[in-house]
Amino acid sequence: MLVDFLFEMRRHKLKVSTHEWQALMEALALGLHDSSLDGFYQLARLVCVKDISEYDAFDQAFLSYFRDVKTDALELARELQAWLADPHLLAQLTEEQRQALRAMDLDKLRELFEQRLREQKERHDGGNRWIGTGGTSPFGNSGQNPSGVRVGGGGQRSAMQVAEERRWKEYRRDVVLDVRQIDVALRGLRQLGRDGADEELDLDETVDETCKNAGDLELVFRPPRRNRVKVILLMDVGGSMDPHAELASRLFTAASRAGRFAKFRSYYFHNCIYEHVYEDAAFRQRVPVSELISHSDRDEKLVVLGDALMHPAELLDPGGAVYFYANNRTPGLEWLRRMAHHFRRAVWLNPEPDRYWSGTTVEVIGSVFPMWQLTLDGLAGAVRYLVRGGARPTMPNPSNWARMGIG
Amino acid sequence: MSFDQFSGTASYIASDDLKHAVNVAVALARPLLVRGEPGTGKTLLAENVSRALGLPLLRWHVKSTTKAKEGLYVYDTVARLHDSRFGDGDVKDIARYIRLGPLGEALASDHRVVLLIDEIDKADLEFPNDLLLEIDAMRFRIDETGREVVARERPIVIITSNNEKELPDAFLRRCVFHYIEFPGRELMQRIVRVHHPDLEDKVLDQCLEVFYGLRATPKLRKRPTTSELIDWICALRKAGVDLARVGGGIPFLGTLIKTEQDVELIGKRAKA
Repeated sequence: MLVDFLFEMRRHKLKVSTHEWQALMEALALGLHDSSLDGFYQLARLVCVKDISEYDAFDQAFLSYFRDVKTDALELARELQAWLADPHLLAQLTEEQRQALRAMDLDKLRELFEQRLREQKERHDGGNRWIGTGGTSPFGNSGQNPSGVRVGGGGQRSAMQVAEERRWKEYRRDVVLDVRQIDVALRGLRQLGRDGADEELDLDETVDETCKNAGDLELVFRPPRRNRVKVILLMDVGGSMDPHAELASRLFTAASRAGRFAKFRSYYFHNCIYEHVYEDAAFRQRVPVSELISHSDRDEKLVVLGDALMHPAELLDPGGAVYFYANNRTPGLEWLRRMAHHFRRAVWLNPEPDRYWSGTTVEVIGSVFPMWQLTLDGLAGAVRYLVRGGARPTMPNPSNWARMGIG
Repeated sequence: MSFDQFSGTASYIASDDLKHAVNVAVALARPLLVRGEPGTGKTLLAENVSRALGLPLLRWHVKSTTKAKEGLYVYDTVARLHDSRFGDGDVKDIARYIRLGPLGEALASDHRVVLLIDEIDKADLEFPNDLLLEIDAMRFRIDETGREVVARERPIVIITSNNEKELPDAFLRRCVFHYIEFPGRELMQRIVRVHHPDLEDKVLDQCLEVFYGLRATPKLRKRPTTSELIDWICALRKAGVDLARVGGGIPFLGTLIKTEQDVELIGKRAKA
């Protein structure tokens, strides 16, 4: 059943709804798929897929659903291509013949195709049974069977080859990002409000005032809507973060763009946050965390960028800081908790792929801060959480591990 | 009406996939959403569909401040207040102060039109959602006058987007989507031929060699596109530069490469 293809697509996380499926059926009924697998591939992608980042998933779904068709076609290809390449004149079919042909479904067709292939021993052109060029058999090239399987030909690459190639891979959403993509994702991070100078015509007030003024035109202006979101960005630098330095700087570039947020502050730390964070990446300008907390409004959004990877002692033990002179009396985890508590919405972005998180300090920190991987999807999730709240990503309970790790 | 209605025009070479996409969108009476690198001719597509099908074209260029309702109509209150103050015109007739926007005009039109909604992603995030009802039902109501505008013929709607912003799912569900891939060498040859019909094959080959070489440069921030290639060839010809005789550097690099970092990068690679 073709409807399985719908579920195959949904299994590959394509957001295909009945809406699109119906449109596809409508299109098939209109014959827009050109009676070929290639045509079907094109058509299904046009109607069902709405973003280039999903093309790859579509290719995979297509491959897994039509795989059998493909293997058959490949076995055939070498022998068949040669004589399918020169199509003879098309047979002119009567309407009845076409009606009869239309009835076959894909499964049956595939079955028949394999069977015919086994039986057929020679080249065949015209006629209504064997695989060949012209004619009304459901298999072959340049024929007129509306529900047929096309074998090669057409001068273009087949849908299967296109799908197999998976050349949309680089557009996938779960890969790392450039500044512009981060820009776009951060645009979602806003709560609009009116402040500043009166620059915009307030129509309702203008009408009211004009009426009160006995019809004398009285123009009223108001401030335009601006983003009210205030953001604090804390960045882990050095050590294990070095491979991610480029990505971190992209995030910083996009976030610090003028006019993006009502207020934007950024600080640096190394590995874990203790008593102090720093205004510069060289760690010269110290800012006490307690001060940072007391000087920040609860509604400011806290974004921490770090790999959250460290020795357990650095996170959990008093005096665990990597610098021996920074003899911290309160363990790092406690500082993290204080911050996560103070801010109504705080998130942790982790450039480390989430498959490496398990069994490390990432899980412990992830239980304090809602944590997302720094990909387009992750960033979008984090932004959604910062603006609207809602579900935080689940982390496996780290308590067992934490006990073990410290011993 | 036949299916294969659109097959490009003399001055616009469309790939088979693109033609197919346009025809599917027309047959299914759904808006066609086109995305692709800048300079791949997204906006030109609408012009050429309108020319090929012989239908008038209405354009709606979306800006960051555009509101969905402006596409339908604008009620010019201030003009009316002004008229009532100074006694100009018939203030009682509200319809005089209603101006239809591009979408409104497309729906009110007596015959079929092509409507281009250009760069829909520039507007507010919710903008596409505000258009859902009108695009679905092909009708809208002017609240001020109570007039109901119903489309007699569904316009062919072509929407372009630069992929800057994610569009809402509900909106996407109603569209047919096509991504204009960057043209390969063969298609590009045909495209350049349209603009420079008398260019020698050898020269064109050399130009394309350099052009695709540039595009393949890793870490380029903005890769040169079709329109830049055409400008570049134009500059080369006007100045009478023979590519084969220029050693090393690329003449008129500024027409192809538009950012400082890229120029630097290309310079470094040329030296290496």
